[in-house]
Amino acid sequence: MSVAAPCTATGTTATGKHRSRVRPGHTRREDTVSTDVTTAGPARSTAPAPPVGETRRQRRRHLLARADTKLSPYLYIAPFFVLFAIFGLYPLVYTAWVSLHDWELASDEHPWAGLENYSRLVTDPVFWNALWNTVGIFLLSTVPQLTLALFIASLLNRKLRGRAFFRLSVILPMATSVAAVSIVFSQLFSRDFGMVNWLLGGVGVGPIEWQASKWSSWSAVATMVNWRWTGYNALIYLAAMQAIPRDLYEAAAIDGAGAWKQFTKVTVPLLRPTIVFTVIISTIGGFQLFTEPLLFNSGSSNYQGGSLRQSQTVAMYVWENAFVKFDFGYASAVAWVLFLIILVAAAVNFVAVRRLGGRD
Amino acid sequence: MIRAQRRPRSRRTVALGLGLTAVLVAVTGCGDDDDAPAGGGDGGQVTLTVNVFGNFGYEDLYKEFQASHPNVKIVERGTGSDLSNYTPALTRNLAAGSGAGDVVALEEGIMIQFKEQAQNFVDLGEYGGNDDRGNFLPWKFEGGQASDGKKLIGLGTDVGSMGMCYRRDLFQKAGLPVDREAVAALWPDWTAYVNVGNQFKAKNTGAKWFDAASNTYNTILVQTAGKSPGYTYFDRDNNLVVDSNPAIKQAYDQMLSMIGQGLSAGYKSFSDQWNAGFKQGTFATIACPAWMLGYIQGQAGEANKGKWDVTSAPGEGGNWGGSWLAVPRQSKHPKEAAELVRFLTSPKGQIAAFKKVNNLPSSPVALDDPATKAFKNPYFNDAPVGEIFGTGAKELQPVYFGPRNQAVRDAVENTLLAVQQGKLKPEEAWARAVRDAQQAAR
Repeated sequence: MSVAAPCTATGTTATGKHRSRVRPGHTRREDTVSTDVTTAGPARSTAPAPPVGETRRQRRRHLLARADTKLSPYLYIAPFFVLFAIFGLYPLVYTAWVSLHDWELASDEHPWAGLENYSRLVTDPVFWNALWNTVGIFLLSTVPQLTLALFIASLLNRKLRGRAFFRLSVILPMATSVAAVSIVFSQLFSRDFGMVNWLLGGVGVGPIEWQASKWSSWSAVATMVNWRWTGYNALIYLAAMQAIPRDLYEAAAIDGAGAWKQFTKVTVPLLRPTIVFTVIISTIGGFQLFTEPLLFNSGSSNYQGGSLRQSQTVAMYVWENAFVKFDFGYASAVAWVLFLIILVAAAVNFVAVRRLGGRD
Repeated sequence: MIRAQRRPRSRRTVALGLGLTAVLVAVTGCGDDDDAPAGGGDGGQVTLTVNVFGNFGYEDLYKEFQASHPNVKIVERGTGSDLSNYTPALTRNLAAGSGAGDVVALEEGIMIQFKEQAQNFVDLGEYGGNDDRGNFLPWKFEGGQASDGKKLIGLGTDVGSMGMCYRRDLFQKAGLPVDREAVAALWPDWTAYVNVGNQFKAKNTGAKWFDAASNTYNTILVQTAGKSPGYTYFDRDNNLVVDSNPAIKQAYDQMLSMIGQGLSAGYKSFSDQWNAGFKQGTFATIACPAWMLGYIQGQAGEANKGKWDVTSAPGEGGNWGGSWLAVPRQSKHPKEAAELVRFLTSPKGQIAAFKKVNNLPSSPVALDDPATKAFKNPYFNDAPVGEIFGTGAKELQPVYFGPRNQAVRDAVENTLLAVQQGKLKPEEAWARAVRDAQQAAR
C-alpha cells in the first residue's frame, strides 16, 4: 500500500506537469486525459462534461498547474509520513491510550483508569530515582563526550600523516555491537578480576565494586556510552569544520589569534548549528539509555539496575513494569512521560546551546 | 520482426509471473497460520518447538521420540537461557497468541502465575495426562493442575532437593576434611555451617565461605518455610505476608549475621562475576539444588573437574526449583505435543534427564530406579548424586509461591546484596526489604 500509492502519484503528476508546461497549444483530448489522471474524485466527475468556454478550460488548467506545484512535493514526501504514521504515530497514540487504562497483559479486561497511572507516577520514588539516574548518566556521558569529540575533530582537521586512517578509526567503536561493548566493559569493571580495579590497585585504590555505588555505576555506564559515540560525534564535527573557510583562520592569525583563540573564537561559534544537532541527538539517545546499564548489571533482576537501583534508567523502569510486572498501563504512562521529558530536555538544550556562543 | 512479436509476450509473461508470485505470497502468508510453524506441510510432517530455560538434558530423548514418530521433528529453543529472560518472553508470546511453541517449561516460582492463565494451555487430561498421576509425587502432580483443580496444564519434570557443593582444594588448604561423609558431618545444621565457615575464614585461603547471600538465604528460607507454614512471601490466599511470616524474618536475620561475619563473597547470583567465581574458586561452598550441578559444571569448566564435590546440605529438606512441561493452547499440534510431554516426563524420560544434567526426578518410580540410585557424577569426583539428592526427595515438603513471587523475592534478596556491598546498614535492611517487597507485590 504505502509503496504503491506514491508510485502512481509520482507518475501522474509528472505527466501533468510535462504536458501543461511544454505543450501549451494542446488538443482537447489530451487535456481531458491529463485532467483525469492528475486529480482523483472531483476532477473525474467534471471531465466528461461538455466543453465550455476557452477561458474556463484555461482557468482550470491554471488551477491544476498550481495544484501540481503546490501539492506534488507533499506527495513526494508522503511515503515517509505514511510509514511514520504506521510505525511511529500509531504506537505513540496507542501507548497513550493504554496508559489511560488498567492494562494487565494476562487479563482480558482493561478497565478505564483515567489519569490514575500518571498520578501514581508522580508519587513513585522508584520512577524519580530512575529519572535522576538517567539525567546523571546523561550528563556524565554527553558533556565529556561532545567536548572530547570537538577536540578530536580539530586534531583530525589538521594536516596529519595517515589522516584517513585516524579519521576512519574514530568511528570504529560505533561499528561494534552494543552488547559486545557492554560485556567487555562489564569485565573491565569487574570487582575481583577487572582490569580497571587492577590498575587502580596499582596506585593503592580499591577494589571498587562498580555496581554498588551511584557514582561508580554511572561512571562505568557513561564510559561505555562515551567510548562508543565520541568518534561518531567527532566525525560530524570534522565534516562541519571542513566547511569553515580557511581565510577566516588566516584573518584570525593575522589579528594575532593563537590556536586556542582560533578554536574558541572561530571554530566553536561557526560549529554551533552542528553542536546543537549533536546535543539534541545525544539527548534523545541518552534519555533512552537501556542496553548498556542492563548488561552492566548482569545476573538476576538486572532490570533493576543494581541492588538499590543505583543505575536503573527510566527505559529500564518501563521495561520492568511492562515485561516483568506486566503492568502495561503503568509502563505506558512512564514511557509517555519519558517521551515528554525528552522533548523538554531537547528544547532546553537547544536554547542553552544556541545561547552558548553569544550573538547570532 | 520476431523480436517485436516476442516483446509483448515476454512482458505479459513477466506480468503473469509477478501476479502469480503475489498470489503465492498471499496464499503462503495465510497458509502459515494453519500449518506447522516451520517446515510443516509435506505429508503430515510435524515440527514441534520445545521452549526451555537452563538445561533439561533432553537431546537423546528427542532422538528417541523422533525415531518412533518418523513424522515428527523436534526443535528446542532457549537452551541455557535464564529464567529472568525466559518468563517475560513466554508471557508475551502467550498473550500475543503466537511464538510460544508447542511445549514450554514452567518453573515452580512462575508456575502459579501461569496456572492462573489456564485458558492459555491445553488440558493434558484430554490427552491421557491424568493416567500418569501415579508416575509423580502427589504434590508434583497437583502442582500441574489449574487453580480450579479441573484442568491439567502441566506434567512434572524435576524437583530441586538440596545439597551443598564444596571445593575440595580449598577445604584441603584450610585443613578441613575433604571426604564427603566427613564434610556432611561438619554441618548438621546452619549454626554448625557458620562455625565451620569461621574456621575456614581463619585460615586465610583468599576465598570466602559461600558465594552469595541470596542463594544461601533462599535455601534456608525454603527449608524453614517448608516445615511451617508451607509458604514464603505469599500465603495460600495470595496475600503478601513478608512482614508476618516468621520463616522469612528468621532466614533473613540468619543471613545478616553470616554477612556480618564476613562469610559471603558478596556476589549477585547469575551475574558474570558469580560465573567467574566458579572458575576462579573465590568461594568454598554453594547451596546446591540438584539442577545447580549442571550449572556449576558449565561455568567452572573442564579445567576444574574433580575440584568440586557435593554432599548433603545443612538442615533438613527444602525444595528449590523444579519444573513442569505444558502445551500452550496456540500449538498447532496439541496431540503430538501432549504425547511428547508425557514421554519426556515419564519415569524413563526423567531418569535419562537425570543422568544427563542431574535434574532430580519428580517420579517416585524414577527416584527408586537402581539407575538413579547408583548414578555417580564424574565431574563432582564421582559423587553418588542419585543417593545424595534422592534420599528424602520423596518426603519433600514443597512450599507454596504466590503469583508475584519472583518480583518479591528479587526485591528482598537485593537488600541482602546491598548489605554485602556496604550500601545498606544491616539494622535498616529488614525495613527496606519489607518496603521493597510491598512495592514489588503491587
